[in-house]
Amino acid sequence: MIRDIFTKNRKHKYATIPTAAAKNDVPEGIMTKCPECRHIALTKDLMKNNKVCTPCNYHYKMTAHERVAIFLDEDSFTSMDNHLQTVNPLNFPGYTEKIKLDAEKTGLNEAVLTGVGTIDNRKIVVAIMDAHFRMGSMGSVVGEKITRAVEQATKLNVPFVIFTASGGARMQEGVLSLMQMAKTSVALKRHSEKGNLFISILTHPTTGGVSASFASIGDINIAEPKALIGFAGRRVIEQTVREKLPENFQTAEFLLDHGQLDAVVHRNDMKQTVSTLVKLHTKGDV
Amino acid sequence: MVKTLTFEEPVVQLRNKIQELKEFTASADVDLTSEIQQLEARLVKLEKDIYENMQPWDRVQVARHPERPTTLDYIRDLFQDFIELHGDRSYGDDAAIVGGIASFKGKAITIIGHQRGRDTKENIRRNFGMPHPEGYRKALRLMKQAEKFGRPIICFIDTKGAYPGKAAEERGQSEAIARNLFEMAGLKVPVISVVIGEGGSGGALALGLANHIHMLENSTYSVISPEGAASILWKDAALAQKAAEAMKITAPDLKAMGIVDEIIPEALGGAHRDPKQQAVYMSETLERSISELTKLNAEQLVDARYEKFKAIGEFTE
Repeated sequence: MIRDIFTKNRKHKYATIPTAAAKNDVPEGIMTKCPECRHIALTKDLMKNNKVCTPCNYHYKMTAHERVAIFLDEDSFTSMDNHLQTVNPLNFPGYTEKIKLDAEKTGLNEAVLTGVGTIDNRKIVVAIMDAHFRMGSMGSVVGEKITRAVEQATKLNVPFVIFTASGGARMQEGVLSLMQMAKTSVALKRHSEKGNLFISILTHPTTGGVSASFASIGDINIAEPKALIGFAGRRVIEQTVREKLPENFQTAEFLLDHGQLDAVVHRNDMKQTVSTLVKLHTKGDV
Repeated sequence: MVKTLTFEEPVVQLRNKIQELKEFTASADVDLTSEIQQLEARLVKLEKDIYENMQPWDRVQVARHPERPTTLDYIRDLFQDFIELHGDRSYGDDAAIVGGIASFKGKAITIIGHQRGRDTKENIRRNFGMPHPEGYRKALRLMKQAEKFGRPIICFIDTKGAYPGKAAEERGQSEAIARNLFEMAGLKVPVISVVIGEGGSGGALALGLANHIHMLENSTYSVISPEGAASILWKDAALAQKAAEAMKITAPDLKAMGIVDEIIPEALGGAHRDPKQQAVYMSETLERSISELTKLNAEQLVDARYEKFKAIGEFTE
């Protein structure tokens, strides 16, 4: 019937627009698009490759728990000091709520996860910072957890390994955050004086007060490819010196070129590299 | 002519008025002595009101005052036989940090401090007291030298922060600061740090891992400048005054947090009003600190520094 034609046309007037939630849900769950080369990969393939983009080697950010899973021997990790709670020493509005929100989001009590585990059956103490928690910034609890982890490594006479990922000192705890740089340093000095190994692994991003304390003083400093590492922010430097900075400024490769790092190591080779280093520092025959 | 700060304008106005009246009395045939006396009494009260109720932002202004005594002023007024030692032996000599050997009350000491300039020309030479990595490496070299010869180390902190520049990053600003913290932790001689002006962030802390930390009454010590905090927290550097209050950066704040050992008093209105008297106050504190610390042996000094910093931080278990 001729009337049917009109009905058909009328139907075409309307298009279904997916809700914002549906839009986000689908691709994030199944597919992930690389922010660097725009390659679209199945998320489960990406996870299999330790969250590294296959074509371009872009290293995605990892959560602390994801790192434990790929870096330590299976089921070897026991976490420490999850009971420490952040307070609001300067009474910053909204600070307590923000901490609570990030704790729920990440399942961590603060921006670092610490504990004891083994790497190819050799015991080490690890601290893994998580940039998903307040940008990995360091306040009193982060400083205390790292310090206690170092002390534990010293006590056990085993290597201390840290994965750094941090925007720097946490503003909301003011000068107390600054002092955590000193606190972690005194513990690392004692660890070192006892002849123990400290390996610092700098991941994206490691800047400010964290870069200017423990991250830079490992017996061995390693970084992940393309990680942003630096003291001052790029924007601040550009405003100060009034010149355009090179594209690779403050990347891991830039630091390697300027003699600030021992090596840049691909995430897929990190466990093997650190394992070998730990082996070579084991007292007695290797 | 000493620069007037905003908060002290009423005092300065009244002081000028009194001066005018005095000149008028001297030249004209009118006796205004009683009026002048009245005004002087009011001045005393006003000074007390204003200078004893200084707000955090007022203290920031005083800490940054161009006439405020700097490291080299204290060196001149407090120590004898000062010999400045230059260079980091690797790259260059950073004029934003000065250091050397001197005697204090008959004992050799090593003295290191940030150095601002008095005028534009000197400020450019000294990079406004904002060091590059070679400055921190010079400081560390002098500390290690002091350790070898068993001399106490005195550090004066007075910087907006480590310089945020391209060359500084290339030469390892982060590593230079981190290395100082790490090595200062193990120094076998007494280390005393005094914040004399602005103590800005990691660039200040790199001379601050000490057995005793003292602050001048109107100095500040902070994780970031008030301007920086305001631009990050509220995206507006103009809110620096609000940030100065929120960030708790004054000497009494740091004393309350258990970071600072002693607050060194300042002349009414700030150290720049009476540098000679300020040197006396400084001398008393340093003498007390040194005599206390020289009683400890090397191991005790290192342990005391460990315990001091280990205790800083607020959290619940």
